[in-house]
Amino acid sequence: MSLWLAVTLIVAAALGAAAFAFIHAPHSLAGAPAAAPNEAAGGGLADITAALQALPHAALLLDETGRVAAKNAAAAELTGAAVGKPFAASFRVPDLHAAIEQVRDGADTAEASFTLPVPVERSIEAHVAPVEIGGRRYQLAFLHDITAMVRVEKMRADFVANASHELRTPLTSLSGFLETIMGPAKDDPEATQRFLEIMQSQAARMRRLIDDLLSLSRIELNEHMRPAAKADLAAIVRDVVDAGQPLLTRANVKVLIEVAEGTRPVTGERDELVQIAQNLIDNAVKYGAEGGDIAVRLFPGPDGTTTALSVADKGLGIAREHLPRLTERFYRVDATASRERGGTGLGLAIVKHILNRHRGRLEIESEPGKGSKFTIFVPVWQPVPAASAVAG
Amino acid sequence: MSEHLVKSYEGELEQISTTVAQMGGVAEALLQGAIDALQRRDSALADRMIESDRRIDELERSIEGQSVKVLALRQPVGVDLRLTVTALRISNEIERIGDLAKNIAKRALVLNRENPVRLTQGLVRMGRECLTQLKAVLDAYAARDAEAALDVWRRDEEIDELYNSIFRELLTYMMEDPRTISLATHLLFIAKNLERVGDHATNIAEQVVYLTRGSYIGEDRPKGDATASSTVPYEQTS
Repeated sequence: MSLWLAVTLIVAAALGAAAFAFIHAPHSLAGAPAAAPNEAAGGGLADITAALQALPHAALLLDETGRVAAKNAAAAELTGAAVGKPFAASFRVPDLHAAIEQVRDGADTAEASFTLPVPVERSIEAHVAPVEIGGRRYQLAFLHDITAMVRVEKMRADFVANASHELRTPLTSLSGFLETIMGPAKDDPEATQRFLEIMQSQAARMRRLIDDLLSLSRIELNEHMRPAAKADLAAIVRDVVDAGQPLLTRANVKVLIEVAEGTRPVTGERDELVQIAQNLIDNAVKYGAEGGDIAVRLFPGPDGTTTALSVADKGLGIAREHLPRLTERFYRVDATASRERGGTGLGLAIVKHILNRHRGRLEIESEPGKGSKFTIFVPVWQPVPAASAVAG
Repeated sequence: MSEHLVKSYEGELEQISTTVAQMGGVAEALLQGAIDALQRRDSALADRMIESDRRIDELERSIEGQSVKVLALRQPVGVDLRLTVTALRISNEIERIGDLAKNIAKRALVLNRENPVRLTQGLVRMGRECLTQLKAVLDAYAARDAEAALDVWRRDEEIDELYNSIFRELLTYMMEDPRTISLATHLLFIAKNLERVGDHATNIAEQVVYLTRGSYIGEDRPKGDATASSTVPYEQTS
């Protein structure tokens, strides 16, 4: 709203004071022959075009016949408005024209918000107010692109909806079994035992989800701070595999680790790299073929500035259309299958954010029916980069 | 309506094409709203859209009145005559688009009472494609750009292909589970309506080419709608 006031003030200044044209001499077109057919209406329009041009958003001035009297470049880009042409012919948004008409018919101000669905969805908020220039009445329309705001809002709403949905499902099952244990199954120790086990696994699922949410928010907090420590990815992978041995045995899966010659340590936070390795190997166990091997390879990245870690399984694979969205929070190729295997839908989102912090990247190759390969690239360790920058 | 200060012949002609653009804008908003109502299951929006079809009829009458007046009193020739005649024809096409969009909004109301179905996604995509076409052709009209209009005219095949794929998908769906027939029929009609919107957009494109060049498009319009001969064998799904 304050910006809107500023616009009105600027225009008011352009009308009255010649000082305005003086101060803004580089922008001013005063003295140049005005192209507008409304020239006769008074000399103010060229100044106003210059003033509109200095605004960060699309703004245009319409005369009483609905023709464009002045506009800035942003307005021309957004609406295709051309000076002297009827605005309604180039920009067809009924709500905006209704607002303009209200002001033309005497309203102090009118607002309209609308979306332009194609080619890329844009959300616009428009304010229209009357101005008087050289004894003639005009409408000033100010169009504010709020697309980014709307998108952020939607992402937040989606995230809250997804997270609550994920938490509610195990909670529903917990309270359902509690009711059964207190009611119909009260005197049945065998059933009670079975239900308690299910409740335990549901509680574990909720804890996993909350752990993942917390670690995601912790990583995001530090995302702009680059880690400086030295870490050995090969040792980290071995530790993760050793620690997960009981699980691997239960799933009847073997992990083959291969470290290529010339693999160098990386710049990174050990705990976070452990999380990456853990998530990638967990995924390979979850979605790889039963009894299949998981091939883990460490090798120098293509340009020598990174160390790569790839985890390949021989499982179901992922269809092409899912690949770009895999790192979105709660995005799952098959939600039911993922939950059955204890997935939270956050694993790859965590991997992505950790890699962002490490200035690394993730590559996913997959072919349905043949398996998937996840490769991360992490910058190699450089001894104290800050000092060398000072020296250089 | 801005019927202010229209004195000259030039002004009258300009007013006609501005009204056509305005009418197109209302139709665009109506189609967009109908698709949104379907996607977001927003029945209030659907109601508003059904109501706004009246505005389209109003504008159509206004264009007819203005055009007849110009024809009778000014006896236009050449490009002015073409402008007047194409305004009448284009407003007819837009009025049909408005009706089709209104029908989609009405069906959205019915669908919103049922459980959500994934199948609406394909329709929403097809709807966006139609909106793109409609916007492009109205932009071409505003800019008097025959090339842009011809692009719209050629691109209609894409909508037809989307329609074919949705048609087959819905047929398969209905055979798998007969309980979905009533729902799927509504979806099928929505797809058909969208396909018709695409056809009307190409008709407008033809008028834009006539308006700017003075001659009609010679070749036959590419036709991609194959559903008239489309079946899905029953054995395939059982």
